[in-house]
Amino acid sequence: MDKSELQAIAGKERGARKPVCVSCCTAAGCLSAGGGDVMDSLREELSASGASQKVEVRAVGCMKLCSRGPLVRVEDTSDGRPVADGARLYEKIKPSQAPVLIRAAGEGEAAELPMVDLSHPFFTRQRPIVLENCGVVEPERIESYIEADGYLALHKVLRDMTPEEVVKTITQSGLRGRGGAGFPTGIKWSLVAKAISEKKYIVCNADEGDPGAFMDRSVLESDPHRVLEGMAIAAYAVGASEGYIYIRGEYPLAINRLQTAIRTARRLGLLGSRIFEAPFDFNVDLRIGAGAFVCGEETALMASIEGRRGNPSPRPPYPAEHGLWGHSTLINNVETFANIAPILRRGAEWFASVGTEKSKGTKVFALAGKIANTGLIEVPMGITLREIVEEIGGGDPDGQVKAVQTGGPSGGCIPARHLDTPVDYESLAELGSIMGSGGMIVMDDSNNMVDVARFFMQFCMDESCGKCLPCRAGTVQMHGLLEKIRDRRATADDLALLEELCDVVKYTSLCGLGQTAPNPVLSTLRFFRHEYEELLQKEVTLA
Amino acid sequence: MKTASNTATRVNSRGNSSEHPSGDERFRMLDTSLKKLRYQPDALIEVLHSAQGLFGYLNNDVLFYVAHALKLPPSRVYGVATFYHFFTLQPRGRHSCTICMGTACYVKGSGEILVAMEEKTGLKDGVTAEDGSLTLSTARCLGACGIAPAVVYDGEVAGQQSPEDALKKLQSWEAEDGQE
Amino acid sequence: MKVTTLTINGELVSASPGATVLEAARENGIRIPTLCALEGLSTVGACRLCLVEVKGSPRLQPACVTAADEGMEVSTDTDRLRRYRSMILELLFAERNHVCPVCVANGHCELQDRARQAGMDHVRLPYQHPDLPVDITHARFGVDHNRCILCTRCIRVCDELEGAHTWDLAGRGTNARVITDLNQPWGDAVSCTSCGKCAEACPTGAIFKQGSTVGEMEHRSDRIRFISAARARKEWSP
Repeated sequence: MDKSELQAIAGKERGARKPVCVSCCTAAGCLSAGGGDVMDSLREELSASGASQKVEVRAVGCMKLCSRGPLVRVEDTSDGRPVADGARLYEKIKPSQAPVLIRAAGEGEAAELPMVDLSHPFFTRQRPIVLENCGVVEPERIESYIEADGYLALHKVLRDMTPEEVVKTITQSGLRGRGGAGFPTGIKWSLVAKAISEKKYIVCNADEGDPGAFMDRSVLESDPHRVLEGMAIAAYAVGASEGYIYIRGEYPLAINRLQTAIRTARRLGLLGSRIFEAPFDFNVDLRIGAGAFVCGEETALMASIEGRRGNPSPRPPYPAEHGLWGHSTLINNVETFANIAPILRRGAEWFASVGTEKSKGTKVFALAGKIANTGLIEVPMGITLREIVEEIGGGDPDGQVKAVQTGGPSGGCIPARHLDTPVDYESLAELGSIMGSGGMIVMDDSNNMVDVARFFMQFCMDESCGKCLPCRAGTVQMHGLLEKIRDRRATADDLALLEELCDVVKYTSLCGLGQTAPNPVLSTLRFFRHEYEELLQKEVTLA
Repeated sequence: MKTASNTATRVNSRGNSSEHPSGDERFRMLDTSLKKLRYQPDALIEVLHSAQGLFGYLNNDVLFYVAHALKLPPSRVYGVATFYHFFTLQPRGRHSCTICMGTACYVKGSGEILVAMEEKTGLKDGVTAEDGSLTLSTARCLGACGIAPAVVYDGEVAGQQSPEDALKKLQSWEAEDGQE
Repeated sequence: MKVTTLTINGELVSASPGATVLEAARENGIRIPTLCALEGLSTVGACRLCLVEVKGSPRLQPACVTAADEGMEVSTDTDRLRRYRSMILELLFAERNHVCPVCVANGHCELQDRARQAGMDHVRLPYQHPDLPVDITHARFGVDHNRCILCTRCIRVCDELEGAHTWDLAGRGTNARVITDLNQPWGDAVSCTSCGKCAEACPTGAIFKQGSTVGEMEHRSDRIRFISAARARKEWSP
């Protein structure tokens, strides 16, 4: 494979395009709403209608507004019309509506079906970088990704740049890890690049475990090659030749698409030996998780890849020095890898121009909960929570927004009065929450904050690996106290004990799961203490 | 492969899998995946995935077989199999009801669905009824947050569910099973 | 190799090359409480009793796995650490059924010793009272899960010194249990060599010699260090 072959594939793909394109979402959200049948009906109807000279049907990835699925987009570029003018997005489509859709598409008209307003802030306020191909390319066809400039960045890196230059570009871009803690990606890469190790590994953490988060799943289902390309670039930069994607077993569709992507990339020589005729080999394997949230923690993840119980180990040593099978290992999450190709293609400066001073680029969130528009959003760092919740999300349809939860079981609840907080690593941390991997759950008055804290504590208790005592026994005790408070059986002494336990578990636990398990309690105590106090028994009853 | 045939006979003398090596197709299929994974001890989790896919659950025979094939101590295999929620050591029920407990589903009331189902069936999360009719379980997040709260009935995802919907489904299963 | 010089509790001390903070402290007669650590076995940093403060580090560090670095300033006995240790011990006592007066290891129990040293004389947390079995199917030993603190010393000694790997951990979180072979009765575990190292390594009354009654089970955990040194370095020093 060389650049001309890559361009030939893209050219052939472009040449085969029809003037009218009917794209059906085939990501898990729409599929669970019946999108698979819609897709089949559209294909059948197209071949029956005889309009296939003019119209094509494409199985694309996530179109973001998951709550209105199944979604079908029709783009009409006949008569040289620009795509944006001729795009229509139909919502909640049923298989029986396929004939109407195909007929209207063939005639260049709008179908008499419910449509989503594409000029709504939900779409216009988004800034797609990671999701630029989401809902556009066909995830199961590598040609479709190549048409969208796929693998060009890898070509550029392998042919024109030294590994040091790649690391420097990533450092200059200001990209920080999207897995939660926000460690600068360039520094992480340079540590692995400098490490002396007989062998090095690249690991993509796709063990998206936060309940209510589905960003990584959407990226993998919609644009899997972007992640492979990012991993290959990272491998070149740090000197690795093997990679693993550790993915949740709960994501069968994403697993399937990744397997297809790896197979087709190998076939075209975009993975394997001597990629683009350069002295660079890179292979990727999947490792399928088996239902353990703690495996998102990097040392536990590595134990799991090695076929062991997902118990975390004390750091240091860090994976950069002592990772998989003792070798230097670079671990980044899906969204981090998905940012790599665009940065290399368009430059560090371009990337650094998006976002805030300390938090560059964009962040993908899975917006859900008590909100009108549930779905996948990508916004520039620095946007306020209010803009996300009220403009993009359309606010709470039934009540008053009370709090926004970010960071899942490691994060916190930000009260409505702080909605003007900009979304960046530092601002969220100041409010006792974290950026996290991108779950954003909106809560209203019907959600009691003590119960929300109890919900997350139950999660941590169930997911604690049991290795270190504070997390194993501490989460059980904290959960018990939270239940006691919720059920109005607790006294002020119980609340004080809960706070003491939060402090102990936070500072003495071995890994991130335990260290952050108290966060949902601490943040709700900070902003909604009255909800706890209202539930306490007022008088001491003497036995 | 020497390892494979050896372990087969050893499992027979210890476990009760009289089907193998003479007949149980599934052990042969397990051998195929073991071979594909080159009998690497590191591949334990992948092997358990395929074993569960073949047998539906992991009983002691299967766990012993895997331990011998990968040359691992049985206690380690058991330890790994019980660490991950995906693996089950008990057969599953004829019907399954999995309630999503992702945050989006929880704030929209999936906890109430679970309580209603637990009260009605007397089962707890992750437990199979003694008559083998139903397995009640919860999921961490199905990624179907757009249609929260979501429940999976026998592998089919249903959105915007209420406790009443779930109980109705339960009744329809009971009626179905009653007819058979 | 040069010795390492560091400060522990304000005192300048020297440590053997490559020593951990825990080893450095012990070489200098400074006591840091431990439970999961046992000389002669690998370290896991799980019980968190040996956490110490290291100047310049925002996090507390487990002394058993932290390397003693040149110039390091360590505090092992601050108010904060004492408070945390006391709570960790309370959590342990509340987790299972540790009833000292009827325990075979009463008076010879490391958990009891740690509590006494920490001045932890009562538990404010509700006892969890889990329903746990006692397995006496083995001809010579027994395991009482009510007393187990999941330190994993039995698992490590069986794997690292005896090489049998009869023990492992099953389940996770609060449901984790030590098991033999496929969670079988110990007496049926064919891999067990009945060497008894697990009983010597156990810090509490969880693994005991059959026939021991209250207070009779004395663990000789020093034997583990002895065998380990003999195996690894050909040194037979009691």
